[in-house]
Amino acid sequence: MKRILSGNEAVARGAWEAGCSVASGYPGTPSTEIMETFARYPNAYAEWATNEKVGLDVAIGAAYAGKRAISTMKHVGLNVAADALFYVAMTGVEAGLVIVSADDPSMHSSQNEQDNRQFAKFSRIPCLDPADSQEARDFTIAAFDLSEQFDTPVMLRMTTRICHTSSPVEVTEQQQQIPEKRKYPRNPAKYVMIPANARRRHPVIEERVSELSRFAENFPYNRIEYRSKSLGIITGGVAYQYAREVFPDASILKLGMVYPLPVEMIGTFSGSVDKVIVLEELDPFIEDQVRLIGIELYKPAKPINSDFAHTKSIFPITGELNSAIVRHAAHRAGLINVDIKQEPINLNVSLPARPPTLCPGCPHRSSFYVLSKLKVPVNGDIGCYTLGVAPPLSTIDTCGCMGASIGVAHGAAVAGDQERHVAVIGDSTFFHTGIPALINVAYNRSNVITIIMDNRVTGMTGHQQNPGTGFTLQNQATVELDIEKLVLACGIEKVLTVEAFQVDIIEKTLKQWMKEDGPAVLITREECALLPSARKRYLPLQVTDQCNGCTVCFRIGCPAILKSKELDPKYQRPLAVIDQELCTGCEICAQVCPRDAILFRNQVIALRKSEVG
Amino acid sequence: MDIKQLNNNYPGGINFLLTGVGGQGTILASNVLADLGMALGFDVKKAEIHGMSQRGGNVISYIRWGEHVYSPIITSGEADIILAFEKLEALRSIEQIRPDGMILINDYAIVPVTVSAGLSEYPDNENIQESIEKFTSNAYWVKGQDIAEEIGYPKASNVVLLGALTALLAIGPKDVLRVIATRIPQKYYSYNEKAFDAGYKSMLKKSD
Ligand SMILES: Cc1ncc(C[n+]2csc(CCOP(=O)(O)OP(=O)(O)O)c2C)c(N)n1
Ligand code: SF4
Ligand code: SF4
Ligand code: SF4
Repeated sequence: MKRILSGNEAVARGAWEAGCSVASGYPGTPSTEIMETFARYPNAYAEWATNEKVGLDVAIGAAYAGKRAISTMKHVGLNVAADALFYVAMTGVEAGLVIVSADDPSMHSSQNEQDNRQFAKFSRIPCLDPADSQEARDFTIAAFDLSEQFDTPVMLRMTTRICHTSSPVEVTEQQQQIPEKRKYPRNPAKYVMIPANARRRHPVIEERVSELSRFAENFPYNRIEYRSKSLGIITGGVAYQYAREVFPDASILKLGMVYPLPVEMIGTFSGSVDKVIVLEELDPFIEDQVRLIGIELYKPAKPINSDFAHTKSIFPITGELNSAIVRHAAHRAGLINVDIKQEPINLNVSLPARPPTLCPGCPHRSSFYVLSKLKVPVNGDIGCYTLGVAPPLSTIDTCGCMGASIGVAHGAAVAGDQERHVAVIGDSTFFHTGIPALINVAYNRSNVITIIMDNRVTGMTGHQQNPGTGFTLQNQATVELDIEKLVLACGIEKVLTVEAFQVDIIEKTLKQWMKEDGPAVLITREECALLPSARKRYLPLQVTDQCNGCTVCFRIGCPAILKSKELDPKYQRPLAVIDQELCTGCEICAQVCPRDAILFRNQVIALRKSEVG
Repeated sequence: MDIKQLNNNYPGGINFLLTGVGGQGTILASNVLADLGMALGFDVKKAEIHGMSQRGGNVISYIRWGEHVYSPIITSGEADIILAFEKLEALRSIEQIRPDGMILINDYAIVPVTVSAGLSEYPDNENIQESIEKFTSNAYWVKGQDIAEEIGYPKASNVVLLGALTALLAIGPKDVLRVIATRIPQKYYSYNEKAFDAGYKSMLKKSD
């Protein structure tokens, strides 16, 4: 039966059909829905791990124990999990282990662009690169088989377009049966990577790559489609789709496995067409390997005027491809002639930008408002609260990767930077990689002030459970980690938990701490405004005729506060008005208004009562 | 519904571009269009970008129907039909339309913070219309939000728009409703049916 599945849903489906029974991962766009979908299948265990490294270790343990296991993450997650990746590449597994890396070309929601096919080659494990949802499902199943056949973890490399594109998928209702009850291995030569054993394993995994490369010659998902022989294209992943669209007549060598490569197949294909090119997104990964084999690739007659032509011959090395980009590059390289019939029409008006913003009623807003007044350097981290960088709050000065805020602030402090450094970090990010950094602050005694923005959920990636929420991915009740106790146990003596909407207490506390020496942690606690339980409390506020358009409330950057058409008679400034559809009633604006022109919740309730009565 | 006529009007299949602001229900609408395409016997791809766009940013999805669909992305000048849930986003996406392609615009504004912060100005309807006319004479407006509020279900403007689109495409409304029914909880169906009918009728009046 065919059903429409996203690439992520298809991976989950494939894993389930392959009899995978353990999944551990950490959320991250574009990978998140794989776990969320898998968690709903029967006979499946799925968990959110605290970070990707832990997630991969867990999947490894399951695979050692004889269960097929999968670990999912976004591309940068594999940086965190790299340590685990490299040892499991050495040890191999007992049952199939699939590592899903979801890359994000064009960085739709990421801090950097990286091509994780490189990690497969780096760690010597095979890499499958699907081109649509059907392949995402098929390749997942194939990956489990490969993993067991060659005693190796297998990377399933997805990209945003594959993860989040839906297309029809043929599925079966059967689940493969994986043999029960295997004994946990007592095989130190293979599983205990002390130097003596590791030294013996390294040649084994190099030999495995050679075997896989020979296997790849007949791997059914590497295939040649012969059409016109004048142009041959070697491609893999989503780029195959653009190849078909832009060069409908060309012959194609479609690589389902992009590492290691089928050397003979590539030779045969290249020898049977007039010219060969490689079409791939991001790094010249296939291209470099094909050149190493000694294949001569098509060279444009005149050098291409591209900034990065020295690294990749025809197509861009940065950003996501699409058929227009591929067509343009092919035209420039003299491969096709695009008749540009008419100049594209330009809009020629500048449109107001619509940047992502903190939601109305977001509990992060108050801290940023206070920090923007204090003008201290703020080292940020990754999550919704990164949006504190946007005007008018404009409060974040650095932000690199998850967990970086505290370490970077500490570095600036021990370097003797004149200003007092603040780190801001979300609850999920704190559990992910913030804790070791905070222990480092306590241990090495810098006077960093850390604000843990505890919105009771992993927000940015679409509201996942985490160790602070009291529930697991599969909705089991569990312990609710006490952040304040944890911070104390890290060796920080000055800790305070406040309600995130209490602007004055946050301001008073931070000002006081600025005067004192030593590390301190402020935990601002309040549910994310989008959680169902928070939605129940929505109560839109109102602006009274006391407003004189002083603009203070506009500076908190709440999308629910609008400038009305009405002007203040004295100053001719637009008055404030609150959008009744958007406002949640968090009262941050009411607290900052110097003229008490915004009614608090109880005042709104009283007013409504009096109007009714 | 008459798939032959659709094929005549759109020989290479149909590229839909849906654009709006997070929270407007574009996702449901694009799911419905993808299912509908499959029910009509087309190959289908539906692509959307999640992530940062959820926080009040622009949300775009592409739905492609065709005999065989390769690329998931629609590029400049390739959109046959744009369904714009918000006026400013209609304008932002207009360069994607193919010459004289069709655009259906929800006459509704969601003011971005850059406007309330005084950094830029929201264009008025005449401006929008004028700019869009440079690209196509095939623009239709519908008061999707007003209609949804009139029937007492302000969240259903997405379904109002689907109703209007169905009228413009001359697809059988029953077939579309059948797909909608599979995509929403049953207890909301009657509301959605009302919203759909209201959108459908509003467009029939115009295209007469
Ligand atoms: C290594 C790594 N893993 C995952 C992500 C994806 N990601 C971005 S923000 C975020 C969660 C942030 O949650 P939290 O810290 O609770 O902040 P909130 O968004 O709730 O404000 C995640 C998982 C990432 N950027 N890097
Ligand atoms: S999703 Fe929650 S935490 Fe994220 S910006 Fe919105 S209210 Fe804030
Ligand atoms: S802060 Fe108060 S007085 Fe100033 S514009 Fe806002 S509502 Fe009006
Ligand atoms: S109470 Fe004020 S700050 Fe909070 S959501 Fe409403 S308008 Fe925005």
